Order: sequence, then structure tokens, then C-alpha cells
Amino acid sequence: MTVVNATSLQQALEALHDHPGARLVQGGTDLMVEVNFNRTTLHDVVALRRVNELKRWHIAEDSQTIRLGAGIPYAEMERSPLCHHLPALAQAARTVGSPQIRAAGSLGGNLGTCSPAGDGLPVLSALDATVHLQSLDASRDLSIHEFMLGVKKNARQPNEVIVAVTLPVLNGFQGYAKVGTRNAMVISAASVCVVHDALGGTIRVALGAVAPTVVRTREAEAWLASQTNLAAPLTVTPELAREFGRRAAAECSPIDDHRSTASYRRHAIAVLVERLLLRANDHGKSPR
Amino acid sequence: MSNEIYRLTVNGIEHEVKDAWAGESLLYVLRERLGLPGTKGACEQGECGSCTVVMDGEAVCSCLVMAATAVDADITTVEGLSLDGEPTDVQQSFVEAGGVQCGFCTPGLIVAVHHLLDRNPSPDELAIKEAISGNICRCTGYGRIFAAVERARDQRRAMQAK
Repeated sequence: MTVVNATSLQQALEALHDHPGARLVQGGTDLMVEVNFNRTTLHDVVALRRVNELKRWHIAEDSQTIRLGAGIPYAEMERSPLCHHLPALAQAARTVGSPQIRAAGSLGGNLGTCSPAGDGLPVLSALDATVHLQSLDASRDLSIHEFMLGVKKNARQPNEVIVAVTLPVLNGFQGYAKVGTRNAMVISAASVCVVHDALGGTIRVALGAVAPTVVRTREAEAWLASQTNLAAPLTVTPELAREFGRRAAAECSPIDDHRSTASYRRHAIAVLVERLLLRANDHGKSPR
Repeated sequence: MSNEIYRLTVNGIEHEVKDAWAGESLLYVLRERLGLPGTKGACEQGECGSCTVVMDGEAVCSCLVMAATAVDADITTVEGLSLDGEPTDVQQSFVEAGGVQCGFCTPGLIVAVHHLLDRNPSPDELAIKEAISGNICRCTGYGRIFAAVERARDQRRAMQAK
């Protein structure tokens, strides 16, 4: 077993090239659980913890997009200034594990593991993120919808590093909510991200932990757009929000497992979508 | 690195780790190879915070750090908090406030509380609860743990005011 502690992206890519099939580790919060419980066999490991290129972020010159390095810890997404640019991501980051986990865990790890319950993934889906992958001799960009393939399956090739994601900087409400068996330190039984693109006139909803991978509720989104004008400000009635939640929940395919039941998950999705849409509706309006 | 020697800097001292499997967690290496059993292992999946150490300025679960990837890191364990062998102010506050029951969560909490107070000398109740939300007390003695943290905070404030 070889462990390479890369100090630059180039070194990490060379190490992956030299050790085909090596496991990439950023914060270790997923991989080490597998290792500690003998659920995985480790051969070679390329550690990305010291690769500073993966911990940077910047806003594009036209202010339309923000690019986040895949190694940025959740703790940084929760805080200013990132939380102002990406409020739903900040809320999702805030629900990940404990402070200790959030100091280590990253979006790169969330994407690499690609669990249906990964807390960052519904946000990336609702924002139509672009995932940037790099190998020693090539780089490519994939839509988040092409990247996530199934339960812990993604489109990353063994010689590629997930280097960054690019997200739009939008004007409008962004919210994330999840339920689990308790309030803190919990893996989602169901999670929802709702994004309002006030200029584009769309509401985008992504659901976590209720299908083999994150679900975008495109039929419900199109239905809502046919019912009301989604260019700001929103005028969503409680009845419309309830029906939207019901329709969004119809688009997922939850299962019974040790964390929850299919029927509870579907119910939770309907409630969370309704709730977040009502929050979007109230967003920016003075309290009555 | 296969059964190679690697070096870890723990509490300011460089240690050699020999004949270790490279996938071992930092928790395991601290306890079983470096003779530093103050850091406790319990869940080994990042749920409980018993194994909290400070690594490069961040409180992390040592059970989720692959030790061989921490070669360049500055690691502080509960053993490294006191400079003179006497209890630290936080440790003394835990004793005085009755913040220790079975004691299993205590080392992780002590590390987490030092980390909190070093960054934020005046945490309010919410900041305290947030900072130790990753440290589970199985005896559920949180009331006295919060009181211990407040006591340490107030003592530091009083010292600074002098």
C-alpha cells in the first residue's frame, strides 16, 4: 500500500497516473469510516489535504458564476463570505455532521462518494452545477446531472480528480431543509433544495435520499411555471405550495431502509418542498 | 509508503511511526503506537467526538484522519494542552463544575473547549453549544459541562480584565 501526500494538483494527477485505481482522500470523513470498519480494501491512496489549488474559490469577472475548489471544507461554506453567495449551500453545509466533520469534509468528497443522502448534492443539482474533472492529460466539464449516476456511482474516471464545481450566482431565494431521526449529527432521511431564479423566472427543486441519486423535479417545476409568474416577486398561495409539494413528492422513488420508510420519506418531501416554496414566497418581503 | 517510516508532529514533538499499516487512523496511531492514550476511541465513525484533536488549527475527529496523510500537520492532543503538567483552566473548570461523570467524553470535550476559547474568548450559550455539538456525553451530563465551559470563559475574562 502506497500513500502519496500530494502538495499540488499536478503531483496528485501524476500519482493517480502512476498508481492506477488509487483511492483519493480529501477530508477522510467517508473513507476512514469504511477503513475503520473493514468495509473496504485499501491499496494505494492519494491524499489531497495539502493541495491548496483545491481550496480556492472565485467569482467570475462577469459576476454570473462562482467556482468552488473541491477541497473547500463545509466549515468555510457556512461562513461569510461564501454563505452570502450560496445561501442554500451554506444551509446544507450547516447540517453536515458536527463541527469536527465540517472542518474536514468537502464537496469533492460528497461528489466522490455520491451517496444519495449527500447533503451538498441537492444544492448542486438545483443550481445546475458544472463539475470540473482533470486527469494528467485532459480536463472535462460535466453537468451535475450527468455526473451523478446512481447509489455511490459517478462519472469520474479512475485517473481523474474532481477539482471544482461552478455554480450560478442567482438573485432570489435559496433554501435547504432535511429531516432525519434527530436534529443534529444526522444523515438525511429526506432532503430538499429549492432555488428561485428571480431573473430567469424559474423555481428549481432537487430532492436527496429519496432515489438512487438526487432527483430534479422537472415536471413539478414546469407545472408551477404554468400556474404562476415566477419572475420576482413570487405570489404563491398556500394551496399552490401544497399542490407543488405533492407533485414534487410524486417524482421521487424512496425506499424503506434503516433510516426511514418510503412513505414517510415521500410525506417529508411534500412538506419540505411546500415549506421552502412558502419561504421563497416570503423572501425579501416585509413582514405583515 | 508501504510499511515505511513516517513522522508525525504531536504536541510539538516529532515522532517516528514504524512498521505501521498505512491505512491506520490517527486515533489508533496516537494510542497504540505513540503511547498517547489520552485521546479516546469510541464510535470510530465521527459521530461522538471522543477522539477530537486539533490539527493545523482545526478541531477534527482523529478517527477519521488517515495518520499517514498527517505527516506535515501540527497536531495537538489532550496531553499537549498543559505546559507544566498542572490541569489547564478548562480542565480545572470541569472538575469544579462537576463536568466529569464517567469521563469518557472528557478529553475530547477539553480539546474542543480549548479550541473554542482560543478562537472566541467570549462565546455565548449558543456558541458554546454549537462548538461542542460534536462531542457526545453518554452520561448526558450536559448541564454541568455547559457550566464548566462558562466557568472557564468567565475566569479567562476576569484574568484579562485585571
